[in-house]
Amino acid sequence: MAASDIEIAEHNLQHHFADMDQQRETSTFGMWLFLVTEIMFFGGLFCAYLVYRATYYQAFVEGSQTMNIWLGATNTAVLICSSLSMAMAVRCAQTDQRKMMVILLIVTMVFGAAFLGIKAVEYHEHWTHHQFPGPNFQFEGADAAGVSPQNVQIYFSLYWAMTGLHALHMVIGIGLVTWITIAGARGHYSADYYSPVENVGLYWHFVDLVWIYLFPLLYLISKKHGG
Amino acid sequence: MATAVQATVERENYLNHDYTLKSWLLTKDHKRIAILYLISITAMFFVGGFFAMLIRLELLTPAGDLVSSDTYNKLFTMHGISMIFFFLIPSVPAVLGNFLIPLMIGAKDLAFPKLNLASWYIFMIGATFALTSMLLGGVDTGWTFYTPFSTTYSNTHVIGTALGVFISGFASIFTGLNFIVTIHRMRAPGLTWNRLPLFCWSNYAASVIMVLGTPVVAITILLVALERLFHIGVFNPALGGDPLLFQHLFWFYSHPAVYIMILPGMGVISEVVACFSRKRVFGYEFVALASIAIAVLGFLVWAHHMYVAGISVYAALVFSLLSYLVAIPSAVKVFNWTATLYKGSIRYDTPMLYAFSFIGLFTIGGLTGVFLASLGIDVHVTDTYFVVAHFHFVMVGGMVVAYLAGLHFWWPKMTGKMYPEGWAKLSALLVFVGFNLTFLPQFVLGYMGMPRRYHAYPPEFQVLNVLSTAGASILAVGYVLPMIYFVWSLRYGKDAGPNPWNAVGLEWMTESPPPTHNFDETPVVTWEAYDYEHQPDEEVTVGR
Amino acid sequence: MASEEHRQHVIASSVYVGIWAVLMVLTAVTVFASFIELGDLNIVVALVIATIKATLVVLFFMHLYYSSKLTKVTMVAAVFFLFLLLALSMTDYLTRHWLTNPMH
Repeated sequence: MAASDIEIAEHNLQHHFADMDQQRETSTFGMWLFLVTEIMFFGGLFCAYLVYRATYYQAFVEGSQTMNIWLGATNTAVLICSSLSMAMAVRCAQTDQRKMMVILLIVTMVFGAAFLGIKAVEYHEHWTHHQFPGPNFQFEGADAAGVSPQNVQIYFSLYWAMTGLHALHMVIGIGLVTWITIAGARGHYSADYYSPVENVGLYWHFVDLVWIYLFPLLYLISKKHGG
Repeated sequence: MATAVQATVERENYLNHDYTLKSWLLTKDHKRIAILYLISITAMFFVGGFFAMLIRLELLTPAGDLVSSDTYNKLFTMHGISMIFFFLIPSVPAVLGNFLIPLMIGAKDLAFPKLNLASWYIFMIGATFALTSMLLGGVDTGWTFYTPFSTTYSNTHVIGTALGVFISGFASIFTGLNFIVTIHRMRAPGLTWNRLPLFCWSNYAASVIMVLGTPVVAITILLVALERLFHIGVFNPALGGDPLLFQHLFWFYSHPAVYIMILPGMGVISEVVACFSRKRVFGYEFVALASIAIAVLGFLVWAHHMYVAGISVYAALVFSLLSYLVAIPSAVKVFNWTATLYKGSIRYDTPMLYAFSFIGLFTIGGLTGVFLASLGIDVHVTDTYFVVAHFHFVMVGGMVVAYLAGLHFWWPKMTGKMYPEGWAKLSALLVFVGFNLTFLPQFVLGYMGMPRRYHAYPPEFQVLNVLSTAGASILAVGYVLPMIYFVWSLRYGKDAGPNPWNAVGLEWMTESPPPTHNFDETPVVTWEAYDYEHQPDEEVTVGR
Repeated sequence: MASEEHRQHVIASSVYVGIWAVLMVLTAVTVFASFIELGDLNIVVALVIATIKATLVVLFFMHLYYSSKLTKVTMVAAVFFLFLLLALSMTDYLTRHWLTNPMH
């Protein structure tokens, strides 16, 4: 028989907290602080991006021409949908709709996997065109466009580093969602105790947030050449 | 009588309630985790000290005759890395902060005990990477890992060491996160922000820096590793990259990092000065706010490490002005500590001796920092021993001295034993004399032009270098003695009661050593911080 | 029951769907705006749209609108310090060429 809300809550109250309220507020604040560190972590890459885009704008324009805007836009839409399903899943946790919560969490993971799939397609494309920084980097058309291939390589370094770090966070996010899906399916959460769901949700939305900035910065630099 | 002795021996505390190794390695008790950190960082201190000894031995003679220049590069690099990342940054927060913050706020533990333990394991993994790299031949880039030498030209174990630093950075982040959440959410009833001990304020401010700054150096180190592996060119001028971008990103953390190091030490000094003057800290609110101001302003000044690196002179002007500003809250603190002493009832126990040393040495270190903030002076003394002396005054004369003050002050609380006061006073004196003899000559050397990070120097600098090395030997004795008598005290030290110093603070209102759950009942605070007026001077305070 | 009083504010599903719709529309807008030649304004438009989207996600999907003042201050602080990193670094890069070589 499924445990009652109160039993679930009390079972999860840790000894050093006075009550569930304190525990809930504490754990959520802890997750927000962790997201602060993530903002600064990605922030370093955004700083590098800002500096080099300002310095080598033309090279960045050329580099971003190789991006597939439609795949990028699709991925943006996919992540927004995953954020919706995640937010709705948290809502289900709040309102004790356990089955719906599990379904929505699975939907979120499917969207996440779709994002990674599309990203893999893009990466493969860039890889086969030698658009990966290092000794094998090639960028035909650099001279024709009047930019140095080395400067274009810096664009690609930032592209791979930023989207790669983002993708790594997506993978971790899917892992976290898997964990709460299983726990949720086993009835570990209730309307009085759903902090893990809420906190994983915060993490997931954050990963979406990073992509909201990555997309225009990496894909939409300039359409002077008409795509 | 036999019964009374038996009762003392059998009283359960956090040390004796379980003796197994597993209970220590899987503990979630913040006090045990503090002890784990104490052992680890002490070991790393002596690793760093070992490299320092070799450096000072080499510098006894003008010629580079003890080690090759490549090896010398490795020595100062590994000295810096061990001391900064694996000793100074964790020292007060991970040892004293972990132990005391829950006690000082009347809580049973930190907000996230498992994260706290994870933090120690992460620290140990990072230290293992760094130590392994050292044993495999070390790294020679300087603790600052400047590019493109670190990314392209160095032939040493850059990635292994960088990984060690990267990993241990997360230990720092998690500790800071834990402290911030704990201080916000776990204070006992009645413990308002303006009753919070200044030790907590300082650690809070340092934690804010840890959380905001460390991730930036983490990503920077990751980029160095990627550049080394994949030659991506982000920092390599030959490929269009800017080595100064590395420096901007690196110093964005590493300057605030020095405030991570010093702020908790300042917190210790506030506690010690109040107790041994038997007075409220003068201007409590100003000292508390000064901690926050240092944390915020500390983020605005990083490029003063780059004045001659090639940044725009206009940027240098901006950073120079901001660097002057950051001195102000530190000065406020020094004034307030001094004012606390005025008309206080001073006792000269060992913690207070270290506090006096701190106030004097930190002032010198801080003032020389203001000299360095000035563009004109910095152009002359940058990359000389003047800078080396400056940061050793604040880091060693300031921070290590504060750490020792704190260890001595809270040792009875942590272990239930008193250290031998005579030996402790002698060590404090040796530290003070040894320190000054080591580092005062270095100001002169730097001003006269001796460059840093060189293993050979013009013969006219030898006398001062010999004085410096002599001082270092005395300093070393001053550091080794506490190692010996602290360990000795565990077995043979006098039993300390709950409050051997008659200090005010929640941590003194529980047993020494405290029980695992800290307090039998959650305290309710109705008194102001440092309420020494109402604390009887001679009576022994009985634990709750 | 005590638990009823402490339950968190529950946002209506329609609000979530509404925010989702706005985010999708803004995504389309930013893509099409990038095809219009606006010179230096292109990046401004792109970042403004991105920031609006980000704000909506943070306020509503992440519940910041309904969270404590402490949480709000924490988020603002993070953005502020990131801004400091970017802005102060740019004081260097933007002014490096102000002093040109008089020999040129």
